[in-house]
Amino acid sequence: MAKITLSKLAHSYGANPQNEADFALKEMDHVWEDRQAYALLGPSGCGKTTLLNIISGLLAPSHGQVLFDDKDVTHAPTTARNIAQVFQFPVVYDTMSVRDNLAFPLRNRGMDAAYIQSRVARIAELIGMEDVLAQKAQGLSADAKQKISLGRGLVREDVNAILFDEPLTVIDPAMKWALRTQLKSLHGEFGHTMIYVTHDQTEALTFADKVVVMLEGRVVQIGTPEALFEAPGHTFVGHFIGSPGMNFLDATIEGQQAIIDGQMIALGAHYGALSGRTQIGIRPEFIRLNKKEGLPAIISRVEDVGRHKIVRAQVFGHAFNCIAPEGMEISADVMYVTFDPARISVFADDWRVEPNVKKAAA
Amino acid sequence: MTLELVSVSKSVSGRVHIHATDLVLQNGSMNVLLGATLSGKTSLMRLMAGLDKPSSGKILWNGHDVTGMRVQDRNIAMVYQQFINYPSMSVYDNIAAPLRLMRKSKSEIDKAVCESAALMKLTPQLARKPLELSGGQQQRCALARALVKGAGLVLLDEPLANLDYKLREELRTEIPKIFEASGAIFVYATTEPEEALLLGGNTAALHEGRVTQFGLTPEVYRLPKDAVTARVFSNPPMNFISVTKQGDQLSFANEQTAPALQTLDDGVYQAGFRPDHVALTRRTQSALEFKCQVQVSEITGSETYVHMDHQENKWIGLVDGVHHIAANQELSVFLDLAHIYLFGQDGSLLAPATYVKAA
Amino acid sequence: MQKTVNQKAWFLVLPVFLLVAFSAVIPLMTVVNYSVQDTFGNNQFFWVGLEWFSELLHSERLHAALGRQIVFSSIILAIEVPLGVFIALNMPQKGLWASVCLVLMALPLLIPWNVVGTIWQIFGRVDIGLLGHTLAALGIDYNYTQDPLDAWVTVIVMDVWHWTSLVALLAYAGLQSIPQAYYQAAKIDQASRWSVFWFIELPKMQGVLMIAILIRFMDSFMIYTEPFVVTGGGPGNATTFLSIDLVKMALGQFDLGPAAAFSLMYFLTVMLVSWVFYTVMTNLDKKAGL
Repeated sequence: MAKITLSKLAHSYGANPQNEADFALKEMDHVWEDRQAYALLGPSGCGKTTLLNIISGLLAPSHGQVLFDDKDVTHAPTTARNIAQVFQFPVVYDTMSVRDNLAFPLRNRGMDAAYIQSRVARIAELIGMEDVLAQKAQGLSADAKQKISLGRGLVREDVNAILFDEPLTVIDPAMKWALRTQLKSLHGEFGHTMIYVTHDQTEALTFADKVVVMLEGRVVQIGTPEALFEAPGHTFVGHFIGSPGMNFLDATIEGQQAIIDGQMIALGAHYGALSGRTQIGIRPEFIRLNKKEGLPAIISRVEDVGRHKIVRAQVFGHAFNCIAPEGMEISADVMYVTFDPARISVFADDWRVEPNVKKAAA
Repeated sequence: MTLELVSVSKSVSGRVHIHATDLVLQNGSMNVLLGATLSGKTSLMRLMAGLDKPSSGKILWNGHDVTGMRVQDRNIAMVYQQFINYPSMSVYDNIAAPLRLMRKSKSEIDKAVCESAALMKLTPQLARKPLELSGGQQQRCALARALVKGAGLVLLDEPLANLDYKLREELRTEIPKIFEASGAIFVYATTEPEEALLLGGNTAALHEGRVTQFGLTPEVYRLPKDAVTARVFSNPPMNFISVTKQGDQLSFANEQTAPALQTLDDGVYQAGFRPDHVALTRRTQSALEFKCQVQVSEITGSETYVHMDHQENKWIGLVDGVHHIAANQELSVFLDLAHIYLFGQDGSLLAPATYVKAA
Repeated sequence: MQKTVNQKAWFLVLPVFLLVAFSAVIPLMTVVNYSVQDTFGNNQFFWVGLEWFSELLHSERLHAALGRQIVFSSIILAIEVPLGVFIALNMPQKGLWASVCLVLMALPLLIPWNVVGTIWQIFGRVDIGLLGHTLAALGIDYNYTQDPLDAWVTVIVMDVWHWTSLVALLAYAGLQSIPQAYYQAAKIDQASRWSVFWFIELPKMQGVLMIAILIRFMDSFMIYTEPFVVTGGGPGNATTFLSIDLVKMALGQFDLGPAAAFSLMYFLTVMLVSWVFYTVMTNLDKKAGL
């Protein structure tokens, strides 16, 4: 278990990066705390796999340092870093039995047989594979193989970190629940530092203590699931987290009010003068549809997703999504929307702006 | 146009892949095949397309028997999970390929390609090669090629499974629009209940090679015929608890009681309820209270998933708002009687949740 | 995935059927015809039934040739397969050197059989051959035309030189298909080099290695040109393998009947062994595919 420090870390695949665009990973300084579960979240090509490979030692960064507990491991090979990793597709030793697969990392380190046996039994119980320990890995299903991979990742107690590279891609939705919960409770139990790479927001949010959102080689926000949801630091985070994502409207901000096409919208707090493109953002969950007051909305489509309804509408000519509770009647004619003022975020040039005086919200 | 399956079944070397299935797909309908991996979605699609011959039964297209007809002779388009395009051709040529095979005139082809490219938002990429595009654009190209030939039957086999979450969300909202514009019969296979709900139309729930229910999507969701369908069409999975009926009382795992339906015989039943109907506070007087052991809780930002053990059952609750619930503690959860489905020992639905009728 | 049933395909196969009929089936029938008859020349034939077959089955000459053949095939498989795998493991994975290696490896495969024979025949000569002369200069008594052991060594080394590349190239292709994640996982598990080979590389190469063994077995079992050019089957009958013996019988002695019977038995043996290989291979595939 270790704290991971990224110091002035940047990476370019080309030899002589001329400008920022040449960097697959833009310069970053972060400390990832010991015993925390982190998720690296972002669309494909955002640099999350590059970052993971730098931490695992598969790739040496072109700039900056990686430290495990203040020890520089920037150029140390994977073997010297004492980490475990689970890959996107199952990596199992086909000719070995399930038991030997789980025992392999321990045997290679010369642990004693009694310890190996008890540890393998424990892990087999956790991943629910006690019954097939003697079977060869070759004939098993993809889910089962991926469970073995997870088990092999967890079998060593002393690892600095466990890295997961989209480990649930090949797993069925119903099975995903079971495995993710198991991982989460294993984290609670063993307290390893875990880093989980995914493009699936639900996986990231439910797994991690802190989610690292990446966009175009840059970390745009690190925060708890709540913080990302309620106070996104960047319009991209607002858009990417939540399903559907945050709604944005161009607005002029004046003190405690936003003005859109002459309409005043109350904000939950007071803001100073802003420059650049200013927008307000509001999540679909915090919009109330009604027939009397608020901004006029033209409903274009209602999707019943079971536990609630997603209402696709037009507000000021912009596509706008709202969430309505299960069972609510929505007539297709013009309706109105109201926002919860305390839940409105303000952005200038895509970055979040904090209000001036907090108590104004009261 | 209709596609009709008349007791179609398929076995391969003694193993049954599809049990005898009757299904009628109407003109211009969106039909979702929902089921886990290996539940028979792809097998059923291959039978519909004519890629495989059924072991028994008939396939009718507009009332004509097309059972043995080759896939090339039928007007069908298919899109797969993998992004399948001709790598050496431009996007334009990819989309034009089926029309060229049909020997359409140059101007016709040009018009059709530009229209479907505009629909799929591929106009700026027309001159590029598929491998230079993002995953989402590659799949749009495959979709455009499937749509351009005006096929009467369009089969989509988990077309979004290999895409990023956000792209998936985006295409999910576009597919119904594309479908409406095409007027063809769409068949869409997916493993995700949420996707079925978003697409709307009809849903056929599949389990181990059997269509357990076919009907309007919200109806299959809210009025599942049996416990198997309810399980297939619930993500997170539906929670279950055993119920005993004696006299005029229902007893839930000897913990809570409720007045019983008159029509029900004395005996043991299964009660099912969806995770999003679990509450942490009492909302109605008659709500049932269960004491559970929390296994783990997960926060998505706006909602909290609570994974818990209730006696020997594993339950999941999905509650609004952020709740920090520590593991291994006891937790009381509440359940409105209106949200409970009652299933017989054989799994068939005996009484639907009453909120469904109210809605 | 299953394929569509399309009857039209049979018409496209028809030309190949005709070609195979003329090039294989008709000559084979001729051989069958010869194998049950005797001739004294002048195109006069007598029916002898299965006499040639029973004679051959008891012929010590054939047993000796078959024994030599099996020993030869076993030795070259035992050398070429491990050596080929070893070379493949040590070839660069990518870059310029990988291409250079591939071209160098492919070179021996491009040389015609009789040229290979001629090269080694000259190479090994004590008077003018580089190898023979060098060995003689070192005081080693080497003469493949006189000494049976030297003849065997020469033929085997020649075959290894000619064909190990094939095994190496196939093994290399097998190695290239292993995803990098496996190697990384092995590093993380601190697997030794031997473990990586035994638990990852070898199982993943299994399929191509079976093909390599099959091809090399069939080829070596039917070897003719190279030893014929180098040793002519000698000294004595030391390197007289089955096919050399067959030619001696058919063309040297003009015993057409026994030679035809010999050919048929030879043909059936190769078929049988290949079939066994094929069955084993497909069973392995099935097991892996479960």
